[in-house]
Amino acid sequence: MSPVNDQSLNEMAGHHQAGTADAVKMIARHVSVSYGDKLAVDGVSIDIGTENVTAFIGPSGCGKSTFLRTLNRMNDTIPAARSTGRIELDGEDIYSPSMDVVQLRARVGMVFQKPNPFPKSIYENVAYGPRIHGLARGKADLDTVVERSLKRAGLWEEVKDRLTDSGTALSGGQQQRLCIARAIAVDPEVILMDEPASALDPIATAKIEELIHELRGRYAIVIVTHNMQQAARVSQRTAFFHLGKLVEYGDTSQIFTNPKAERTKDYITGRYG
Amino acid sequence: MSDSLVPQLPIAGGVHSPQPERVPTDWKTGSMQGRIRRRYASERRFRLLGLAAIALSVSFLAFLLVTMLGNGLRGFTETQIRVPIDFPRSTLILDPAALEGIDAKAAMAGADIDGTVAAAASARFGRQGPALLSDAAWVRVRDAIADDPSILSGRQEFWLPASTTLDLVKKGKAPEAKPFFHQIAALDGATRTRLNTNFLTGADATDPTVAGIWGAFKGSLLTMLVTLALAFPIGVFSAVYLEEYAPRNRWTDLIEVSINNLAAVPSIIFGLLGLAVFLNLMHLPRSAPLVGGLTLALMTMPVIVIAGRNAIKSVPPSIRDAALGIGASRVQVVFHHVIPLALPGILTGTIIGMARALGETAPLLMIGMRAFIASPPGGLTDPGTVLPVQVFLWSDEVSRGFVEKTSAAIIVLLVFLLAMNGLAIYLRNKFERRW
Repeated sequence: MSPVNDQSLNEMAGHHQAGTADAVKMIARHVSVSYGDKLAVDGVSIDIGTENVTAFIGPSGCGKSTFLRTLNRMNDTIPAARSTGRIELDGEDIYSPSMDVVQLRARVGMVFQKPNPFPKSIYENVAYGPRIHGLARGKADLDTVVERSLKRAGLWEEVKDRLTDSGTALSGGQQQRLCIARAIAVDPEVILMDEPASALDPIATAKIEELIHELRGRYAIVIVTHNMQQAARVSQRTAFFHLGKLVEYGDTSQIFTNPKAERTKDYITGRYG
Repeated sequence: MSDSLVPQLPIAGGVHSPQPERVPTDWKTGSMQGRIRRRYASERRFRLLGLAAIALSVSFLAFLLVTMLGNGLRGFTETQIRVPIDFPRSTLILDPAALEGIDAKAAMAGADIDGTVAAAASARFGRQGPALLSDAAWVRVRDAIADDPSILSGRQEFWLPASTTLDLVKKGKAPEAKPFFHQIAALDGATRTRLNTNFLTGADATDPTVAGIWGAFKGSLLTMLVTLALAFPIGVFSAVYLEEYAPRNRWTDLIEVSINNLAAVPSIIFGLLGLAVFLNLMHLPRSAPLVGGLTLALMTMPVIVIAGRNAIKSVPPSIRDAALGIGASRVQVVFHHVIPLALPGILTGTIIGMARALGETAPLLMIGMRAFIASPPGGLTDPGTVLPVQVFLWSDEVSRGFVEKTSAAIIVLLVFLLAMNGLAIYLRNKFERRW
């Protein structure tokens, strides 16, 4: 299998024309995922940039979340899921036997659709990752990591006086930001977000989007969203999935103003979805 | 074009009026009112049925407690009778000096304290005097002498445990006894009722005034320790493996069905299994709490596995995702998140299983724990018995003194059970608060 096929070469060319020069962080080639007989992702090839926010859009059941979960091998936990193809992180095959899946998931963090803080204190939620990976030396160091992560997630001012309260006692939006803080506490290179704002109200959603803007550049971010306005607001690159296939991938402005594929245009204009 | 937008209603005669005039519902008609009344009546009926069920079970419980306490509390007391012993004038030959040295025990064993006490009782209450005293009365005298040999030099008054007949007469339970006992019981200052410390510290005996519950209590304690130490870890780890690791295939299903069936197997069959495997095959000591614990662990384990699996299953998958998503390993997910969250449920299952094991008699009869054992077990391999078996044995005794001992043993068993459950509930609440 050649590392880069024609399609992606064209994409990269188009990408460079758009002006946002970006190093490639993750490469996926011909990735297919099936659940039993059902093919959920069908031969997807895509490059994920380091500095950009990449959005995956598409109608329900189009395979965008499934594909996202292959990027840190979360699909491994589903016994029926089988995936083929090649995914590289900084040139390293993440499905090769020499890749440790635990380390991979620390490098490629994940934020889920429904906020899922541990039923522990706010402090423990954030400190858990650094603790199991041995990233902090001593209590003072851990305190610093927790504070820095909460500050980056924009939650510090709201919770600094009640770090020992349960994480589940926070509001939905705060819980999701806590989950983001938990993910960035282990200092990942990529953060995958699976519809992070779909369970939140508009104000909490706005805060999450603002946060994604601030995190951009420090981490490569991939976000799956149902909400096209959200994709347009937060991302620089957009990939449109339909029926398990990657239909179109390009700069967000191009996808939303001048889509090349008919199906993308129909989806963007609300003909289906 | 516009036709297709009108919803097609399946109405007969729609040819004339595609959308017939809708008659407003009259909520005040007689049939409506009747429906409301019937709904209210059925709700009232259900509430009353529930209330009646609760009242019935509370009254059963109250009946049980009142009967047990009424009979059993007397089992914790003993009647004592005052007997003066004039040592210098008695036939007892015992040199106080001999009691100071290392031969004290031998000197005491050689002395006829039993005869001296009987003679003193005859001197005080007449020819039938010795019948007033418990078989173990002389032991108190011996212990008193051992404590303070100087009492041998003079006349001393002792409160000695009364015989079963006098004890029952004093407690008003034996109106048919000989008049002599009634006279003594009515005699001012001759008898008194005290807490039966021997009952709480002694082991089984043929004489109900001497029999104690401590042997069976300790046996139960040791048996439960063995059961818990085996059934809890094995049960929890089986549950974790089956829920978190086992592949879904026919073998897993088979194991699952087997464990579920095991929980329903009658307990006596576990006793036969214990007899065949632990005694005949492995040659472990008969009647030992170790074997009892092993047998009961077999019985308790499936209960813990089933409860544990349900508890683990109810931990939301999002928690596992969250931990895996920041790079926790499978073992870390299980030990840091799944087990702590499932622990309250696992503990509930353990309480049920252990309570059942504590009250179990049948399997222990099969492995010889029904033997008459007059001293508390010193360790796991010493012969012993357990509380429910002791209750069973005493309820079978001929002597009437054992009736109240049986009830008292039941009270001890229930208190043990309550203490065990209380501890488990405390632990459960503690873990629930932490999370």
